[in-house]
Amino acid sequence: MKKALIPIIVIALVGIFIYTKAVGVYNMFVQNEESINGTWAEVETQYQRRADLIPNLVNTVKGYADFEQETLTGVIEARAKATSININADNLTPENLAQFQAAQDQLSGALSRLMVTVERYPDLKANQNFMDLQAQLEGTENRIAVARRNFNQSVQSYNATLRTFPNNLFAGWYGFETKGYFEAAQGAETAPTVQF
Amino acid sequence: MKIKTLLLFLLLCQSFHLQGQNDFPPVPDPPRLVNDFSNTLSDGELSSLERKLLAYNDSTSTQVTIVMIRSVGPYDISDYAFQLGDKWGIGQKDRDNGLLILAAMEDRKVFIATGYGLEGVIPDILAKRIVDQLIVPNFRMGNYYEGLDKATDMVFKLASGEYKADKVSSSGEHGGALVFFLLIIFLFVILPLIKNKKDNNNHMGGKGGNIDLFTTIMLANLLKGGGKGKFGDFSSGRGSFGGGGFGGGGFGGFGGGSFGGGGAGGSW
Repeated sequence: MKKALIPIIVIALVGIFIYTKAVGVYNMFVQNEESINGTWAEVETQYQRRADLIPNLVNTVKGYADFEQETLTGVIEARAKATSININADNLTPENLAQFQAAQDQLSGALSRLMVTVERYPDLKANQNFMDLQAQLEGTENRIAVARRNFNQSVQSYNATLRTFPNNLFAGWYGFETKGYFEAAQGAETAPTVQF
Repeated sequence: MKIKTLLLFLLLCQSFHLQGQNDFPPVPDPPRLVNDFSNTLSDGELSSLERKLLAYNDSTSTQVTIVMIRSVGPYDISDYAFQLGDKWGIGQKDRDNGLLILAAMEDRKVFIATGYGLEGVIPDILAKRIVDQLIVPNFRMGNYYEGLDKATDMVFKLASGEYKADKVSSSGEHGGALVFFLLIIFLFVILPLIKNKKDNNNHMGGKGGNIDLFTTIMLANLLKGGGKGKFGDFSSGRGSFGGGGFGGGGFGGFGGGSFGGGGAGGSW
């Protein structure tokens, strides 16, 4: 009678242990995901802020009649493309994130080409309105950088816990998957060339 | 294979981490608001700036900090400023009202980083103007002190009225004392009065005779105690303004504020 009881107790204890562990791990993943959602929202907010600045910038630059239309349309198109891609926080797979980043990087590239072109228009460069917009744009780029770093940090800690043993077993059961990072911009090392 | 890559990854993170740690100076001990690691300013200029910033910190809790280093190395000066501000925790934790003026002397670059809580009163455009119109012209002529002095003056002007230093819990204690006082009055004055109305034929003959004696003593004590309490509040408030006694009212340390990318910079 007593001997039969011992294995049952052991099994029950192991079962309770696994259950509490599983619940704890699940909750930990959920909390991590929530912090990623928060930092992701910040990233999107800052990118949106940049997109909102662009119409003003384009209008200010347009005032200079001889300004190259090509560069301007490049910015407008890149903006349209970048704002069309929005990722839901539940769907931050590496592929989606890469797509998002590619669109935003294209906009960054178009903007930096615009800024380089502006160098050729001393009147525009000295325009107070333009200088203010430039300062705002720089500030927004800085905020994007901070938001991206915070996002990467939260994703890194999430991915690290997700892939370590024994969490990886639980993660497989629950269907949690690793999330994507922002990577250094492709071609960031090749700055846009200036041709005079 | 998988474990190997994981290990490599962790190792990479570790080295990254270490590098990140070494690139930033630790919070000086005792903490100061003006930190010149490049030995540009004279002792007199340093202490004059420190006094000015400390007074502002004491009255508004807004922590305006100046850091001068030789070079930011491979970092963007903006990135370095945000990370340094976050690491040191400039500004109060619940207000994020820190501001960091970072100058990299050999790079000839300067950046004003505003904490989350100051982005409203000092938007990037104004930070840019402070840099362009006050710091850069002075720095160009080698007038580092004048540049910083004028820039901080302008920051004070812009940020004035946004935050006030806490009068640490003194109002709360006053409220408590008042309630206590009222309670005592109720217990020893009003209750006996009511009671005495009911049976007025006490042993003292006169109406409410013993209450007068009792309450006089109680009230006298209370008043005395009240006065003491007030004085105590005042001195404890002052202590926390000074920041807990770093060599006679020095700077009490950074409050843990964080930076979200506000601010602007320039080069001279």
